[in-house]
Amino acid sequence: MRIPQSERELTWWEKIYLPEVVRGLAITGRHFFVNLARHVLHLLGFNKVPKGAVTFQYPEEVRPISPRLRTVHRLARRADGSPRCVACMMCETVCPANCISIVGAEHPDPNIEKYPVRFDIDLGKCVFCGFCVEACPEDAIRMDTGIYDFAAYTREGMILTLETLLSLEPAPYVKVPPQDRAADPGPIHARKGTVAPL
Amino acid sequence: MPILTIDGKTIEVEKGTTILQAAQRLGIDIPHYCYHPGLRIAGSCRMCLVEIQGVPKLQIACYTEATDGMVVFTQSEKVQQARRAVLEFLLVDHPLDCPVCDQAGECYLQIYYMQHGLHPSRVREDKLKRAKVRVLGEHIVLDQERCILCSRCVRFTEEVTRTFELGIFNRGDRSVVDVYPGEQLRNRYQGNLADICPVGALTDRQFRFRTRVWYLDQAKSICPGCSRGCNIVVDFNVRRGYKAGGRRIPRIRPRPNPWVNQYWMCDDGRYGFGWVEGLDRILSPKLLENGHPREIPWAEAIRLAGAWIGEAAREKKLGVLLSPRMSNEEIYAASYVLRSLGVGNVGYWAEPATPGDEDDLLIKADKNPNTYGARLITGVPQEDHLARMVEALSSGAVDTVLIFLHNLEQARAGRAALETLRRAKRFVFVGTNWNRTAAAASLVLPVTAFTEQEGTFTNFQGRVQRFWQAVEPMGQARSALSVLNELAASWGIPPLPDNAAEAFARLASENRAFAGLSYETLGDQGQTVRASEEPGVVGP
Ligand code: SF4
Ligand code: SF4
Ligand code: SF4
Ligand code: SF4
Ligand code: FES
Repeated sequence: MRIPQSERELTWWEKIYLPEVVRGLAITGRHFFVNLARHVLHLLGFNKVPKGAVTFQYPEEVRPISPRLRTVHRLARRADGSPRCVACMMCETVCPANCISIVGAEHPDPNIEKYPVRFDIDLGKCVFCGFCVEACPEDAIRMDTGIYDFAAYTREGMILTLETLLSLEPAPYVKVPPQDRAADPGPIHARKGTVAPL
Repeated sequence: MPILTIDGKTIEVEKGTTILQAAQRLGIDIPHYCYHPGLRIAGSCRMCLVEIQGVPKLQIACYTEATDGMVVFTQSEKVQQARRAVLEFLLVDHPLDCPVCDQAGECYLQIYYMQHGLHPSRVREDKLKRAKVRVLGEHIVLDQERCILCSRCVRFTEEVTRTFELGIFNRGDRSVVDVYPGEQLRNRYQGNLADICPVGALTDRQFRFRTRVWYLDQAKSICPGCSRGCNIVVDFNVRRGYKAGGRRIPRIRPRPNPWVNQYWMCDDGRYGFGWVEGLDRILSPKLLENGHPREIPWAEAIRLAGAWIGEAAREKKLGVLLSPRMSNEEIYAASYVLRSLGVGNVGYWAEPATPGDEDDLLIKADKNPNTYGARLITGVPQEDHLARMVEALSSGAVDTVLIFLHNLEQARAGRAALETLRRAKRFVFVGTNWNRTAAAASLVLPVTAFTEQEGTFTNFQGRVQRFWQAVEPMGQARSALSVLNELAASWGIPPLPDNAAEAFARLASENRAFAGLSYETLGDQGQTVRASEEPGVVGP
């Protein structure tokens, strides 16, 4: 990895500080007034003018998420409700954050080698890389619950146990209707060009 | 003696050496399954095929004797192709449940496939189903689907234990390994089967699913289970602490030593180390008042022990009982420190041997790892030191006792002695685990188990063997060496080095039997205190 070298020497103009502060204020102010003007023009029916920036009113207003988004994990179940996980610990091994801990045991059914008696994921450590999902040979661990607001008041509260993981359901797959998609400004990089350079 | 060339390297070997052994000496690893240095050669797996100049067909390296002028190639295209073919045959019916297979990570089918196979499967037929979880005995479970029929296990029960429980049944692709009808494994060495099985067919019921082998680190050690002193490897897991119920040591397994245990160890030793992390480990120094233990800091414990023992030693009222479960260094340190204090009768007592509980292979009746060493270092013959101490206690000649590591409850003589010991005015117990002896003491000092410290044991042959530290001490336990040194300092006696290697060097310089030995010369195979012996064949 390239480590950035020492910073540029400030010019005399920058060193006297005040002009730079004023410049910063001017930039912020320009954003504010340009957006304000665009919104007002839109309200008055000037639809040709590009839309102003929008702030989502989370949590009242939820932005549609992609079904591929990696959200809180869950463990898939077999038809009889038992965990599909075979406690192979591949996910635990691959996890770069060391946040999965599994304890396996002998399964009464000789056709199933072992099963997890404990399966903890510490979301406080998880970096949501999805490696666990990739590694799982049984497709047992999935990150499709659609839950991404999982804050807790304690560190222990961030640990999901086997029972919790099994009880979570996949997020219903909602196809975003075309009109909403139009309303959704989309990711930043896709908007390049639609917003007039300031 | 024949001189042969393997992959361009030349070596001279004794007559009768096989190509595979010669290659191993050159550091060339020829893949093999059925060959095991501790067993008769079977030549059945064909994995070890090599090309010999002038011989039209490939030959098996494990059985072909090296002859003069032989030129062997182990990496030629023909050989590689043969290996791929053998692996492909072995994998035709293999279930490939590596993710849940306990052998994964140390499985030779995986290793050789990654090195030599890497071919996609061409098999369109269904795989044959066989028994998956067949319990063969107390410690071993068999998965017939994973077996590659190398017959190592069968030969082990035929040649090493001579118990003949296992056989290969049926023919062709129906062949399976199994116990004879109505039989089950009942030899006392069955744990070795899980070690020698090159794949995950035979697994250890105690170790199964406890952890994954890639989390384990290794430390060389010596089994303290009997006076044989089998060389072992302690597999410990400190990277995933919560595994195996929070225990750090999920298994121990034998380490080859031709002079002591060949390639094996007994089940009593293999599964009998639970105490090193048992719930009854003493985790901090304790002062007992009317049988109620109270935790005290080490400094206070040393001060109390120092005062009590010092006073009793001045009044010649101290009785000391060392244990043959202590390492050579600890026994030496104890006798050095106590003798410097003026205590005359520093002796040891060994729990009496269990007569009959021994065999021609490894198991010895004396269940202490260091009885020989204790005798050499204290210079006291193994006569009844305990009885003398009990007598002295009853007559009032002794009122303070210092006991190391004993569990007197185990032996009849000990149980009787314990009654008298309870009446001692002061009783300092130095040990690892709680037992009735510790409960009878007035001061208990926790020391480290063999997995938590360095040291040496002298086995019944007089072989001094090193063991290495695997894990950090449990709780506040300290090595007996450092406890003795602190006590020595409190009495103004120049302490020994805290380091086991230097303490051993002092022992070697003072004791004729250990003269010339040092940690460097001992290495990991040990050396005998007497004139060195030739490796003896252990067992029948
Ligand atoms: S998403 Fe990544 S960090 Fe989180 S549990 Fe899975 S492997 Fe570990
Ligand atoms: S990789 Fe999948 S099957 Fe294996 S332990 Fe993790 S969730 Fe279970
Ligand atoms: S025996 Fe080896 S190859 Fe076969 S399932 Fe077990 S680990 Fe995999
Ligand atoms: S069970 Fe293991 S040791 Fe025995 S024949 Fe099969 S592969 Fe070989
Ligand atoms: S190792 Fe030579 S044939 Fe099996």
